[in-house]
Formats: sequence, structure tokens, C-alpha cells
Amino acid sequence: MTVTAPPAQPIRVQGLEKSYKDLHVLRGVDFGVARGSIFALLGSNGAGKTTVVKILSTLLKADAGTASIEGFDVAAQSAEVRESISLTGQFAAVDEILTGRENLVLVARLRHLKDAGQIADDLLGRFQLADAGGRKVSTYSGGMRRRLDIAMSLIGNAPVIFLDEPTTGLDPESRIEVWHSVRQLAGQGTTVLLTTQYLDEAEHLADRIAILHQGRIIANGTLAELKQLLPPAKVEYVEKQPTLEDIFLAITGNAGTGTAVGSDRTHS
Amino acid sequence: MTTYFVGDTTVLLGRTMRHITRSPDTIITTAIMPIALMLLFVYVFGGAIHTGPERYVTYLLPGILLITIAMGISYTGFRLFTDMQSGIFERFQSLPIARSSVLWAHVLTTVVSGMISLVIVVLVALLLGFRSGAGALAWLAVIGILVLFTMALTWIAVIAGLTAKSAEGAGAFSYPLIFLPFISSAFVPTRTMPGPVRAFANNQPVTSIVNTIHDLFTQHPVSSSIWTALAWCVGILIVAYALAIATYRRKIAQG
Repeated sequence: MTVTAPPAQPIRVQGLEKSYKDLHVLRGVDFGVARGSIFALLGSNGAGKTTVVKILSTLLKADAGTASIEGFDVAAQSAEVRESISLTGQFAAVDEILTGRENLVLVARLRHLKDAGQIADDLLGRFQLADAGGRKVSTYSGGMRRRLDIAMSLIGNAPVIFLDEPTTGLDPESRIEVWHSVRQLAGQGTTVLLTTQYLDEAEHLADRIAILHQGRIIANGTLAELKQLLPPAKVEYVEKQPTLEDIFLAITGNAGTGTAVGSDRTHS
Repeated sequence: MTTYFVGDTTVLLGRTMRHITRSPDTIITTAIMPIALMLLFVYVFGGAIHTGPERYVTYLLPGILLITIAMGISYTGFRLFTDMQSGIFERFQSLPIARSSVLWAHVLTTVVSGMISLVIVVLVALLLGFRSGAGALAWLAVIGILVLFTMALTWIAVIAGLTAKSAEGAGAFSYPLIFLPFISSAFVPTRTMPGPVRAFANNQPVTSIVNTIHDLFTQHPVSSSIWTALAWCVGILIVAYALAIATYRRKIAQG
């Protein structure tokens, strides 16, 4: 592979392991993400999704395994990796005391871009924040903050974007706005890695879905491929198509909650 | 990445300075406690304290200035902690910037806002009768020592901000520092203190700094205390800086 030819898979992860003291969060994670696609990493709380994102965005060092972004190793070439990525963390990483416009200008300057003001104004327009641009972010609604947060991630046109639970805590309307922005991004050729605990979010947005469970990827495919993982016999008896939620619960083996509900009912 | 260090630090300094200009209460609250102490000591206790021929406010001011600095740095720990909680810290860390500029911006902000608070305190002292015939050079020396002392304490504040578990904890570490001037020559001459207390007072950093600033204000030739003062400031600065950077490295490597 030459340096000039961009790798077909801008995100490559092999055998990633990470422990916090005795807690083995990642036990060998492998996956790759194709250029311009939306890849959803699905898992329950504490499954290690954020840990994967932190390692890929050079905020955390892995104990074992390798990961590369645009062909750059996250551990050995972290500076080059940071030039290629943009991170939107789990909590809207915006400065509350600055105005929306100042937040955008700040990131544009830190990315060493010219015309930071122009970039900020363009993004305010694109994200329906033009009227609010001069107001302090502390006056924004949750949806507006998230939009600003995502707008900040677009500055510099990084080829790879990480969105860690981008819609957690958002109302349904704001959620759809965020989905719209993410689709737009992928449409422009940006590679998006998205983590979510919302199954319908993965179902609606992602080209490929990987399920992270107990530190490993236990399934990885398109929605259609994942649906085939359920035994077809089930389709004959149950009239409705399995939702992704059914698939998720079935293959992660969390069937215990159903019986618990049943036993509750017998008591009442 | 070091090529970006100055530019990135300037941009981030602009950000934190906006925080201060938009909530000037941090500068005002930093100045109020030292001013209140100054009023208390000049008008209540001062009459009973014998320090020599000069006005008591002139004797007192150096110690009050150090208390002002100690007050100010509690906000450094607080601001740094808030940044880390909000996620904006991680955003900065994932950007192609010189990573240490994030810390330097906080340190320089503290120095600038600390200087503003110090100017306010000195103006109030002038109203209370503080007079100094010190020349430009002596004033420069005073400013130099105060900046050095601020930087030394600020790097301690950075350690507190990086390791604290709560916002209160990030600010609380400065309380002992605020009290350090009381057990020094700042308010009363150390010769009246009992043996062990006097030994501590004479050999802790604040006394040498207070004495040096006092000599400069009153146009006395500065004694060897200036070297002791500088050694303390530079020593604390180096140790605190090294520890802060080590803590920071560990923090960003382990999340």
C-alpha cells in the first residue's frame, strides 16, 4: 500500500483489548468501516462502545491490538490521526459561556483554518442556528446544543467522524434532525462511526451494524444480514417481522427480562 | 505539533479570558476577601500591632497580595475541572493541536486575571493610606515576583483540577494556601511568636516573599531574602509543573 492511495477502509480495528484494572472492557474487537458509509456500533450501557471511540480518537491507549485511521496507527501516529478525525463525544462538548458562533470560530482556529468567521457563518446557516449564533450557548435547547456540537465536528472536513451516542437525551424531533445531518455527511463521502444504544437508530441510519457484547463484536453485517441470524422457523410462527430489538436481545442472550415480567404478572 | 503551541495557546487563552470578562465576579470575589481582611487588620487589629514606624497598611500589603493570588488560583482548579466534566476537554484533545496548550491557556488566564485583582487590591490600599516611593525598577521586581508566585501556585491548582473528584474539591485545595500568610511575617513580626511557630514562620516561602516585597516597597536594600523568595517560587514552580504535566499525561493516556 502506498502512502498516497487512501485505504479502502478508513477505519480498521484488529484485536483491540482494554481493561480498567480488573474490568476487561474490550476482549479482542475486530472490525473495519468502508469509506463513506455509516457504521453503527451497538451495545448496552457499559458494553465498551465509548472505550472503542476513545481509543480510535487517540484519547485512550489500548492494552493490545491495533487500530488505524486513514492508514495511520492510532498509537504511533496520533498527530496524523487527529488531523483525519473529528469527535462528537457523548455529552455535547460545547462551551456554554461562548456564543454559538464563537464556539465554531474557536474550533476553526484550533484546526488552523483561514476565514474562521466565514466557516462559522456557513455552518450556522446549514444547521438552522443563524438567529441563535450571537447568543450564549447556555440559553440553547438540548437539540440546538447537539446541532452546534455536530456543526463543530464538521469544521475542517475531517474524512472520519465519530459520533458517540449522538441522540442520547434528545427529544424525537431533535433526534430526526441529527439523523438528517448524519445522512448528509455520509452522502458527502465522510466515513461515520456511530455508537448507539437505540436499536431503531442503528436500523434507520447505519449501512452496517456491529453488536458489541461482553467485550467482543458478536455480530457484524447489514440489517438484512443480521435478520437472517434468527432461525427462519420463527418467521413461520410469528406473523410480524423481527425488529432489530428482537435480534439484539436474542443474540446477546438477554432473554431473562421477559420471564421476569411474566413472574411479576403472576404475583399481581 | 509544537509549531502550533503559541497559536493554539493564544486561541485557548482568548476563550478562557472571555469566560472571565463575561463573569467578572471571579475577579471581584478574588479581590473582596483580601480587601475585607485588609480593612479588618488596618482598622480593627492594626492599632494593637506594633510593626515599626511605617503605616500598618504598608506593612500589611505584601501579605494581602499573596492572599489575593491564593484566592484567585482556586478558580483555576475549578475552571479546569469544569472543562474536563463538560467534554470540551476531550474535544480539544481530539483536535490537531499542541496538547499542552490546553493547560497553558488556563495558567495564563489565571496570571492575567490575578494581576487585575492585584491592581484592584493595590488601589484600595492606596485609599487606605498605602504609600510607596518605590521606583519603576522596584515595581517591576515586585510584579515579577508576584507573577512567579502566581505561576507556581497555578500549576499546583492544575494538579488539583486534574485529579479532583468534585468541583468543590478542585477549589478547596487553595484554602491552606490562603492561610499560609497568617503564619508568616505578613501580619505581625515573627519575633513575637513562640519558638516552633516562629521557626515554621521564618522558614516557609511566604515570609521570604513578603519580606522581599516589603523591602522593595519601602526602598530598603533587599536582603538575601530575595534569593530565598526566588528559590521558593522557582522550586515550587518546577516541581508543580513537572507533577502537573505527569498527571496530565497519565490523564490523557488513561481517560
